[in-house]
Amino acid sequence: MGWTTKEKVGLACIAAALIALPFVLAMAGTAWVRITNFAVLFVLLSLGLNIVVGFAGLLDLGYVAFFAVGAYVYALLASPHFGLHLPFWAILPIGAAVAGIAGAVLGAPTLRLRGDYLAIVTLGFGEIVRIFMNNLSAPVNITNGPKGINLIDPFRIGDFSFSANSGALSGPIKYYYFLLLVLLAVIVINRRLQDSRIGRAWVAIREDEIAAKAAGINTRNIKLLAFAMGASFGGIAGGMFAAIQGFVSPESFILNESIMILAMVVLGGMGNIWGVIAGAVLLSFMPELLRYTVEPAQKALFGKMLVDPEVLRMLIFGLALVLTMRFRPAGLWPETRHKRELDADRK
Amino acid sequence: MDILLQQIINGLTTGSVYAVVALGYTMVYGVIQLINFAHGEVVMIGAMVAFAVIASLAGSALPPAAIVLAGVLAAVPACMLLGYGLERIAYRPLRHAPRLAPLITAIGMSIILQHLALLVWGRNPIAFPQIVSNPTFTVGGAAISGVQIGIILLSMVMMAGLSWFVYRTRFGIAIRATAENVHVASLMGVNADRVIAATFVIGAALGAMAGVMYGTYYGIAHYTMGFILGLKAFSAAVLGGIGNIPGAMVGGLLLGLVEALGTGYIGEYTDLCRWPGATDGGWMGERCADGAHFVLFGSNYQDVFAFLMLILVLVFRPSGLLGERVSERA
Repeated sequence: MGWTTKEKVGLACIAAALIALPFVLAMAGTAWVRITNFAVLFVLLSLGLNIVVGFAGLLDLGYVAFFAVGAYVYALLASPHFGLHLPFWAILPIGAAVAGIAGAVLGAPTLRLRGDYLAIVTLGFGEIVRIFMNNLSAPVNITNGPKGINLIDPFRIGDFSFSANSGALSGPIKYYYFLLLVLLAVIVINRRLQDSRIGRAWVAIREDEIAAKAAGINTRNIKLLAFAMGASFGGIAGGMFAAIQGFVSPESFILNESIMILAMVVLGGMGNIWGVIAGAVLLSFMPELLRYTVEPAQKALFGKMLVDPEVLRMLIFGLALVLTMRFRPAGLWPETRHKRELDADRK
Repeated sequence: MDILLQQIINGLTTGSVYAVVALGYTMVYGVIQLINFAHGEVVMIGAMVAFAVIASLAGSALPPAAIVLAGVLAAVPACMLLGYGLERIAYRPLRHAPRLAPLITAIGMSIILQHLALLVWGRNPIAFPQIVSNPTFTVGGAAISGVQIGIILLSMVMMAGLSWFVYRTRFGIAIRATAENVHVASLMGVNADRVIAATFVIGAALGAMAGVMYGTYYGIAHYTMGFILGLKAFSAAVLGGIGNIPGAMVGGLLLGLVEALGTGYIGEYTDLCRWPGATDGGWMGERCADGAHFVLFGSNYQDVFAFLMLILVLVFRPSGLLGERVSERA
């Protein structure tokens, strides 16, 4: 790729800022590094969902199920629950594969139908996965039910553990750098995908499925690929989530999480990688911001809590979806191609 | 007690509720091809409004029937207004937008409504106060309660009323014409905007009633009740053939029956110890000694049936039992 000098300088500045970020945040408290890590996880999830919703135009409302599959695969293969302790670099691909297969199995019956069915089937699937996580503790204890799985191994390379502090590098900071590397890889893959034959096929299907089919695209397989690929990204993010958190339970994988990820993709701009990243960063820091502003403000004004920031957060996600579709259907930072399509159709 | 008959009665009860909710999905889908995700939340709000009114009047001297009626009379108009508002504010501006846009709006509205209900009524469920006695009758070894009879009868009346409205009145013809083809219907003098708004309002009114019935059956109303109920009702609509009004009724009842029978028997049939040869020895024999059970899937998988049904219908008969062929893109 040809970069101009200006772009090179800009990129170097961003890279330097991202590398320095955790140390700056650590001064405000390690909690902020953790929050940033979760924000990066959500960026990863949004990029995964973006493949499905943004590139291929398939509405997936149960995306968190794939995140859950990845997390549970990691938790089962690297915790005392089954006494298995596989290394993370072995489990993450397994998690990605299992999630991808789950996506393909789910998509196969629905992808040849209208997109609306996919939306409702994924919505149901998200719920079913949660029911299974909650109930697969009997007769054979697989998921440990609502209590979840504890004491999950952190990432480890030889003696180097990601959770322990080593000097100035605290556990969360190490994870931050790891996440950053993964994120970089995912961005590169996404950009490559977008410009590839497959990426163009996705866009063609999104814009006009019949025309795409007429142009010789195997629409079903290409859609299935988008679905499975998005799911496997969710699986990878899930594995990292399990390791960072050290604990998984069905509680973490409810519908609201799916909606949150969808809101990030939609607000940022479906199909535009940078827009999606911006949307994810914005919406994942917002709850923290709310926690630090809304609670004290309400206590000062009314003397008590009237609106739980958690509820407010979900209301904002819902509003973000509705208002974006109403006023800026292509998102805050639209993809040029997508913007044209979404605007041209409006009368 | 006769389990089969009992589960059929229970299935018919929940099935009638699913059918009434499914009508709301199917009517809206019929005219504008939109899955109104927020419909489940409309049902929930109907139940919440009714229960809030009933609970606040429970201490008064009014006769119980009047209290319940007051709850219903508060819930139905509230939901009709909500249905109209949804269509007017959220969906109408997007009628010519790409298909993804109204779907995303619908899921957004659903989340907003759910959390507004949480703000207004709190996290705790509202219980149905003990004001009406609920007599139980025994029919052929199974029990049927007054509430169950009421739900089944009321649903039948509502479905018959809707059928009459859609198939026997002038406005019903307008609705069917719009469902057939909006543009041609408009050319024939049908006010499409009014018809579309009307389907939302009628669906919401039916939804409110369904919410009250569902809440009464289980004794509580909760801000999360709309999600699963909506999902099941949608499955019922697809089962019957989405967009098809008799289909929604049949699909609802059938889904209720499948769910009740499935929940009633799944524990028995997935109990490996009852399978032939299980107790012959070996590891399973030990595990099953002394009449022990080894149940793979118990009744806690109740909510899975609707979803399985949905997938099976989509694979084997995507047009539903009574529906026309669903094209890839209308």
